[in-house]
Amino acid sequence: MFTIVEKRRWYFLFSSLIIIPGIIIMIYSVATTGRLFRLSIDFEGGSIFELRFTEAGADESGLRAVFTEFGDDNPLIQQLGQAGEYRWSVRTGFHSETETRQIQERLDILAPLDRDALRVENVSATIGQEVTQAAFVAVLVAAVIVTGFIILAFRQVPDAFRYGVCAILAMLHDVLIVSAIMSLMGLLFGWEVDALFLTAVLMIVGFSVQDTIVLFDRIRENIPKFLGEPYETIVNRSILETIHRSLTTQINVFFVIIAIMLFGGESIKQFVFILFAGLLAGSYSSIFIAVPLLVSWEKGEIPFVNRRRDLQTAEAEI
Amino acid sequence: MSSHVRWLIFILLLALFCVWVALPDTQGIHIDTDGDGTSDLSLNVQQNLGLDLVGGLRVLLQSQLPPDAFTQEDLRTTANNVTRRVNALGVGEATVQIQGNNRILVELPGVQDPQQAIDTIQRTALLEFVDFGGLSAQAQQLVGRKILTTEQVLIQEQRQANTPETTLAPSAETSPESPEAANNGETPPAVEEQALLNPATGQPFQTVMTGAGLQAAAAGITQDGRWEIQFELTAEGGKVFGPFTGSRIGQPLAIVLDGIVLSAPSIQAQLDTGGVITGSFTEQEAKTLALQLRSGALPIPLEVISSETVGATLGQESVNLSIRAGVIGVFIILAFMTINYRVPGAAASLALLVFILLNMALFKLIPITLTLPAIVGFLISIGSAVDGNILIFERLREELRANKDIDAAVTEGFARAWNSIRDSNISTILISGVLFLFGQTPGASVVSGFAVTLALGLMLNLFTAIIVTRTFLYVLLAIFKKPAETRKWLMGI
Repeated sequence: MFTIVEKRRWYFLFSSLIIIPGIIIMIYSVATTGRLFRLSIDFEGGSIFELRFTEAGADESGLRAVFTEFGDDNPLIQQLGQAGEYRWSVRTGFHSETETRQIQERLDILAPLDRDALRVENVSATIGQEVTQAAFVAVLVAAVIVTGFIILAFRQVPDAFRYGVCAILAMLHDVLIVSAIMSLMGLLFGWEVDALFLTAVLMIVGFSVQDTIVLFDRIRENIPKFLGEPYETIVNRSILETIHRSLTTQINVFFVIIAIMLFGGESIKQFVFILFAGLLAGSYSSIFIAVPLLVSWEKGEIPFVNRRRDLQTAEAEI
Repeated sequence: MSSHVRWLIFILLLALFCVWVALPDTQGIHIDTDGDGTSDLSLNVQQNLGLDLVGGLRVLLQSQLPPDAFTQEDLRTTANNVTRRVNALGVGEATVQIQGNNRILVELPGVQDPQQAIDTIQRTALLEFVDFGGLSAQAQQLVGRKILTTEQVLIQEQRQANTPETTLAPSAETSPESPEAANNGETPPAVEEQALLNPATGQPFQTVMTGAGLQAAAAGITQDGRWEIQFELTAEGGKVFGPFTGSRIGQPLAIVLDGIVLSAPSIQAQLDTGGVITGSFTEQEAKTLALQLRSGALPIPLEVISSETVGATLGQESVNLSIRAGVIGVFIILAFMTINYRVPGAAASLALLVFILLNMALFKLIPITLTLPAIVGFLISIGSAVDGNILIFERLREELRANKDIDAAVTEGFARAWNSIRDSNISTILISGVLFLFGQTPGASVVSGFAVTLALGLMLNLFTAIIVTRTFLYVLLAIFKKPAETRKWLMGI
């Protein structure tokens, strides 16, 4: 028999080694930039110009000069693709259509602009605020749905609360990891949190909880079947029974996601990467976080929770 | 067994139909039984592609007036104006939607000159009353045509005077291209129609009064049951319109909106404060004309609150990359399933192909606009589509290892499939629902594309993973029964 949950301290350590630096990165990000993530124009409003010139001539300082002319004190300028492609992305404050056109004409003077390969998006502050509000609502609704789903899944189980809390902790583990990655990528490469990032996070939450529930379900089924076996053995057995299926199904989604990451277009790479990282974390956390947490709880190893319970039993005895 | 044969025939027919629908050249069925030129039965199957795949323009306009300063009907009128102008640009799949109580969303996939499009949309409607004096016979022929008027010339001159020099170059470049666009036959003739000059004088038509002179307009019904349009003039308008109409009784007068002649009634009397336009109007025509008159009189000024412009090349590149990623991903899954599960895997691979066809057909039939995130959603649904099959096959393996015979094992494998597949997809479908609602916010519309294709795929999967896979598996087993019984590895063990 494999021993999986017996090594739970190692898993907790491993996750801590990822999450603690992640939290430090996030704190660093807040300390240096004033916020957890870079927010995209989806939430903040503003304009983004994805430019492609047909020949050399435009460099960062040249681009900066043009945008400064139109009132952008600090445009975020990034070169895209290879050096020979003359592709740039410039993130600025909100520009009207008329200004957008004037900017393009000014850029044309630097180097001829390929207008067929141009992408310009302008989002006013109003729309940004609406998206932000809608995002909060979406997160709230998703949280309610996930909680409801967990309650429903464990409604007739003894210690349902325990299962639910472990599933939610595993999910938070995944969200933390993804947030840390995003924060880091924001600091390193200027990645921005946009509506699609939120989409990825909600998907990850859904998948993570789903995965955990499948596993918990099996544990629940196996407890009466193997009465008398140590709890850890039952849990190990349940993991082994589901791991194959769980890995195989995940693998197919990963095939697709990796294909998109490697061969798909640039504009969705960030979204797909976050999705990939999150799903990977989700698969990991179901087996190596949710279940070990459940076992630790069962064995009375969780300091705060279990001590209180001891007190309660002690009081009851008196 | 016969039920499997029936399912097989149904699935194959369905797959054939889907292939036909999904083929890029299929335009749909249009049956015209009575030969009047309009289809009596029409099934339109064209794949709508989002801005990021085809290039073009999406712009969200918001009223510059507070929402209580106008009625919903004013907004509809404004939207109608925008629609008319957008159609005049000759863009294939233009959509104009009212959003909320003060917004209009315009999507122009594939538009060549986004800037010009925005200009055209944002311009307030120009309603003119134009002198058609001396055109008695020709006046009616000009209805629906585009004419050049003195007012338009004036506006054009003002606009050029106000624009910086640099913008003149691109507009000069675009105009020579325009006739070519009209020649390839795809653009409606209205687009590039040359504005006509007055045949009597060879000069632009004389504008008598613009919509600013109109106070109100409404459709009404006369005592003998005919529809007419009643209108009132402002004091200013009356000063111009009264003397003009007084001196031209019996002559035609054109009502022109954005250069297009809407109607050319003849003047019956001197009109100082208002009047009626009579003619053989249907109710619809009368209401539309009244609406158009009002819209000239009461336009809602619009401002752009968000917009996206995507170059055509960029879109094409994204399409190519997505197709490549999709094909590679699907190929790996097919290979993986077949190698891992052998005969059942082959059945699942066939079912997956049916699943893909079904999705692609439904994208056209529903229709679903494909964007990059929508394609990602679809591809992920392909990845999880085999999830159900894996559940079934793992069970099948367990049963076969317990030395059950193949038929019993297959029956057992599919027995609880429905519940487990439903259970394992339900949270994703629920989350997709949340995402879809989130995507209804104008600024987050990309999200709904992802949610829709993902949810559609997961729901279709309930059908394909169970019924289609089972049918194919039974058929394959009927063919390979002997070898499958003797060589267990064929069943994936």
